[in-house]
Amino acid sequence: MQVDSPNFKAKADAALADPHLREALGKTRIMFVNKRAELAAALPEFERLRDEARDRKNHILAHLDHYLERFDEAVTRAGGQVHWCADAAEARQVILDICQRVGAKSITKGKSMVSEEIGLNDALEAEGYRVLETDLGEYIIQLAHEPPSHIIAPAAHKTREQVADLFHAAHGGERKTSVAELVTEARLVLRDEYFKADVGITGGNFLVAETGSTVIVTNEGNGDLTQILARVHIVTSGIERIVPTLEDVSLFLRILARSATGQETETYTTFSTGPRRPGDPDGPEEFHVVLVDNGRSGMLGGPFQDMLRCIRCGACMNHCPVYGAVGGHAYGWVYPGPMGAVLTPLFAGLDVTTDLPNACTLNGRCQSVCPVRIPLPELLRELRHQQHQRNLRPPAERRALAAWRFVAERPRLYQFTNRLAARAIKGLAGDTGRLHSLPFAEGWTAFRDLPAPEGRTFLELWQARHPGAR
Amino acid sequence: MPPDHATRPRVGLFATCLMNLFRPNVGFAAARLLEDAGCTVEVPMAQTCCGQPGYNSGDFEAARALARQVIETFEGFDYVVGPSGSCMATLRHDYPKLLADDPTWRPRAEALAARSHELLSFLTDVRGVRDVAAHYAGTVTYHDSCSSLRGLGVEAQPRLLLGTVSGLSLAEMDDREVCCGFGGSFCVKYPAISGRLAGDKTTAVAASGADTLLGGDLGCLLHLAGKLRRDDQPVKVFHAAEVLAGMADGPGIGGEA
Repeated sequence: MQVDSPNFKAKADAALADPHLREALGKTRIMFVNKRAELAAALPEFERLRDEARDRKNHILAHLDHYLERFDEAVTRAGGQVHWCADAAEARQVILDICQRVGAKSITKGKSMVSEEIGLNDALEAEGYRVLETDLGEYIIQLAHEPPSHIIAPAAHKTREQVADLFHAAHGGERKTSVAELVTEARLVLRDEYFKADVGITGGNFLVAETGSTVIVTNEGNGDLTQILARVHIVTSGIERIVPTLEDVSLFLRILARSATGQETETYTTFSTGPRRPGDPDGPEEFHVVLVDNGRSGMLGGPFQDMLRCIRCGACMNHCPVYGAVGGHAYGWVYPGPMGAVLTPLFAGLDVTTDLPNACTLNGRCQSVCPVRIPLPELLRELRHQQHQRNLRPPAERRALAAWRFVAERPRLYQFTNRLAARAIKGLAGDTGRLHSLPFAEGWTAFRDLPAPEGRTFLELWQARHPGAR
Repeated sequence: MPPDHATRPRVGLFATCLMNLFRPNVGFAAARLLEDAGCTVEVPMAQTCCGQPGYNSGDFEAARALARQVIETFEGFDYVVGPSGSCMATLRHDYPKLLADDPTWRPRAEALAARSHELLSFLTDVRGVRDVAAHYAGTVTYHDSCSSLRGLGVEAQPRLLLGTVSGLSLAEMDDREVCCGFGGSFCVKYPAISGRLAGDKTTAVAASGADTLLGGDLGCLLHLAGKLRRDDQPVKVFHAAEVLAGMADGPGIGGEA
């Protein structure tokens, strides 16, 4: 997928002006936030589980090579095959080769953010394959020809009415508007496609090293049909999704569903271990795991390693005020919100993503709900640090920062400039108490008034009352 | 508390940039509250900024330079107290991180961090203040700044003290834990997003039915007062210290003289 993050500001402005988006985002946010809070409060050990999950992930990342090799061995033992892919191009090629070898025509897909990351749909369609998304949200945005705007609710930006229009245009017939009717309509359209599919592609929420199993959690069961009914099952997953044992899966499942959708558990949790065995009633003939690095191993051992703990629950974006205001598309790539503002610069480059780490108030709510306690604000600040060091900030901002430092390091100059400013702004405001506009301060006054100072600084007033003060 | 000079701690009042420039009344209110809590208050004239603008803009070197300056300026005090969760979280949490690799400055940063406090939590948690003698006639709603709430765990303290102000009733607003969109330089780098978040917050303020908005951080309060004035919403805005010290009789932040 193309990186469009340089247009963050323009896209954010457009998003702010879109009333449908505001309605859709408001509903999604309130639902996810409230349900998560309820479920977290209902589980006494929830905070302890977050600590355990953080520590377990840290252990895994410290021994990632070991667990990945164990996983490869276990998958092979179960009759499947692991494909190690250094980057997106390699991952796409591996999948294209499999599809070609098995003579595939039709491909169904369960939701996979890694497949978005590697730009899989476009690559498959360019080669003439018919690709159908089976997750309801993914299906909606496939009809709309849009990328996902949320990592677990890809169509979070769409209102029900917009979905009704899309379905009506795609399926014909009577225009349905109730959620139940729309879901039924999608079900009926998708049902036959599962049986026609030659290849089924899903993501992997967890890869289990001891058994070679891949695990997906869904609420629709679409992933199960995708992977069971096709002749070939391909799993796309990032290398950091490995866990050592089934015990670990159980730990992470307990925090994943609660953090993501505010459920104790998602409706379907499905383990896939190898292809169909003799005597199995169903299952694919081939089982492939496409392990994608694509920049992840480069994060190991550095200041951003904590980000590799991410289990892709989406809680950070659900609780992010900026995401809640502008939605996911403004971020310009696959991963939006706080986790995306960290990952996108690391995957796509700091120079084309300069807005992302800065478009954040550092309010810390994301960190306060992250199930694996990723210090997202600190990571965003570290990205700002690297931008600063690499001279990637706009010249005006650099000059302002240098001027601020020059003054702040000189107490007498600081006091003098503050006295001047206090008088000047107060003078302009008169008795109104505020300014409607102020030259060089449009960034402030475009959207709010500037409250006027009292006219004298605190330090000068204090000194006047306490002549001995030094 | 009796004025026992032997046990009166010396408090260095941290005059935050925004307080110094925009709202000296908050500084005097803070000084009165600290003195009423049995402290001797001094205001070092050599103080400037805590360095947070540099830190949050990625200029860690500038932030370090100012951290060292603040540490030197306030080293002799029993406590450093400021009427801002944002600045005081910088002293408490960020200085030790910024200077972690500096064997000379790290212990000094940690010593300062341990003695640095946000005003309202200092009054209740360190000085044991349980009530104030102030009066304020009005229904107030309290805005938790993110740096106070999540950075320093300040939530109950201002409410405890405000509950003892005669004539005052507290009407909490919805979405208290949601950021108001100030975010330091964020508010001018992304003014449209910041303005939207301010609007969401002032809508919640209006829905609470309060006639007065209080908070513990002037950044948020200037931002929200500016939004309220722009929209002609008749809600007065004060720093909580002004109300607690009985010094909220003048115009509110952004209000007419």
